[in-house]
Amino acid sequence: MAVAEAVTAGTPLRSNRRKVVRRIVRNPLAIAGLVVLGIAVILAVFAPWLAPHEPTETHLSNAFAPPGTAGYLLGTDDLGRDVLSRIMFGLRASLHVALLAVATSLVIGVPLGLIAGYFRAVDALISRFTDLVLAFPFLILAVGLAAIRGASLGNAAIAIGIAQIPGVIRIVRSETLRLKSLDFVSAAIVEGAGDAWVLGRHILPNAASVVIVQATVAIPAAILGEAVLSFLGLGIQPPAPSLGTMLSDAQQFASRAPWAAVMPGVAIMLLTLAFNVVGDSLRDALDPKASRR
Amino acid sequence: MNTAPVLQVKDLTVTFRTEDGLLSAVDRVSLEVGDGEVLAIVGESGCGKSVTAMSLAGLLPRTATIDGSVRLDGVELIGADKRTLRTIRGREVAYIFQEPMTSLNPVFTVGHQIGEVLRTHVGLSRQAARDRSVELLKLVGIPSAERRISDYPHQLSGGMRQRVMIAMAVACDPKVLIADEPTTALDVTIQAGILDVLRELRQRLGTSIVLITHDLGVVADLADRVAVMYAGRVVETAEVHELFAHPQHPYTAGLLGASPAAGRHAESHRLNEIPGLVPVLTEQPDACTFADRCPRAVDTCTASQPELTAGQHRVACWNPVREPVEV
Repeated sequence: MAVAEAVTAGTPLRSNRRKVVRRIVRNPLAIAGLVVLGIAVILAVFAPWLAPHEPTETHLSNAFAPPGTAGYLLGTDDLGRDVLSRIMFGLRASLHVALLAVATSLVIGVPLGLIAGYFRAVDALISRFTDLVLAFPFLILAVGLAAIRGASLGNAAIAIGIAQIPGVIRIVRSETLRLKSLDFVSAAIVEGAGDAWVLGRHILPNAASVVIVQATVAIPAAILGEAVLSFLGLGIQPPAPSLGTMLSDAQQFASRAPWAAVMPGVAIMLLTLAFNVVGDSLRDALDPKASRR
Repeated sequence: MNTAPVLQVKDLTVTFRTEDGLLSAVDRVSLEVGDGEVLAIVGESGCGKSVTAMSLAGLLPRTATIDGSVRLDGVELIGADKRTLRTIRGREVAYIFQEPMTSLNPVFTVGHQIGEVLRTHVGLSRQAARDRSVELLKLVGIPSAERRISDYPHQLSGGMRQRVMIAMAVACDPKVLIADEPTTALDVTIQAGILDVLRELRQRLGTSIVLITHDLGVVADLADRVAVMYAGRVVETAEVHELFAHPQHPYTAGLLGASPAAGRHAESHRLNEIPGLVPVLTEQPDACTFADRCPRAVDTCTASQPELTAGQHRVACWNPVREPVEV
């Protein structure tokens, strides 16, 4: 039996890690999601070598070539730019923004959420700060940041990340509040554990699953956020492509060349879906209460 | 039991700052627990027994003010600095909670959790900690401990989890084990098993136990001495057989009368209940706090507060029960 194997093998922690991996490997949805993500990452990282054309190279004579045209697998847009190549480079920009934004929101949000939930004295301060950030509409915040720091992909990512911080703080705070009232936390305190130990060893690992779920929701949101900001000219600067700018550019001639909008749209959809599926199965695999299959 | 007590609590007072003003949850409580002795603290909900236990373990929220003296093996804990407290608590005081479902961390295996205590407090290596964890699990009566050690808490039943909690609690060989209603959340058949484990620990390791409970059956089963608490005060304290045979405080007598375990109402009699609730004290009354529920109340009871008498069987009452069968 698989359970018995795990019992005899190694330290509990290591066998635990192995169990998580095994649960993910056995889940076909998770595998599909990982494959899609893997392809997306490879395309994004190696875009300069893999792309058949320069993403900004125009061929006006080939404008609006439909998908399948020789040399243009996914067709071309109004300036005759290769849609496939632009998607590859666009993935680059989108992933870059998404990861940077979510990393920003987690690095700032998780500790603040833990502190707010655990130390009552600073809770009000942090929670009011959260409300304050939430009071600014996302676009106003982003426009403001862009005005201060200049429009660029990095600044767009930071703006999106900052806009996502309140959500992270609130979720981590409420989870901390729930966990800290449980007896195992009190037990750790009786054992002589300090605040940092309690937070790091007892509360954070138990809150990990909600953080992961939050991150997998936040990544697609960040990808879409990047599209919005780029559309407004606050993100990536044309002619460099991102999935969002490709979508907005293709709007003008959507009836004539729908593929120019559909292709990046499908790419966004697949990427978003893959992140969600992987996040979901990761959460299930990390939960020790999940049934063993 | 004439040696110096392991745990000596003197005039422990705990007050909470609330919106309605100061609320005294524990009022000048004095307790002594000898080496290897089991002291039961009994009382109904809200009488301050859990607050007393929590103040011993340092689990009270910051809104609480603690006065008085708690000496563990001669070392004063009230007002000691944080570092001293942490080392003392980790090694000398252990705590078992009422609810075994939440008292273990769900994301780590039980072996990991027991092992962690051993590694941090005793400084054992990973392998040694694992071996010792298996030993401890066997000590608390968990079958096939070698396999159970890799289980997560949710894979164990409530009784098993409580046993794991006890194993964790005694991992560092503490002087005092505080058991806050350790059997309340368990089935009756499981309760007996847990009590057996506690009894055996006391015999084999010589651990002193402070047992918080409202279950007089548990008290009769395990305790050497009993302190009955009411409204934040100890109203009667005596050796367990003496207390069951000759309860002097009307409240103690009432508790015994309300309990089927005491065996006094085996025939179809209704159990006697004590009317009313434990009062919440926002100010010190100059009356016995039990007076308005007491069947034996006399004029003095509403005029001033009785103090504990001296001796082996101490009682705080103006009109104690004196049964004809006197020792």
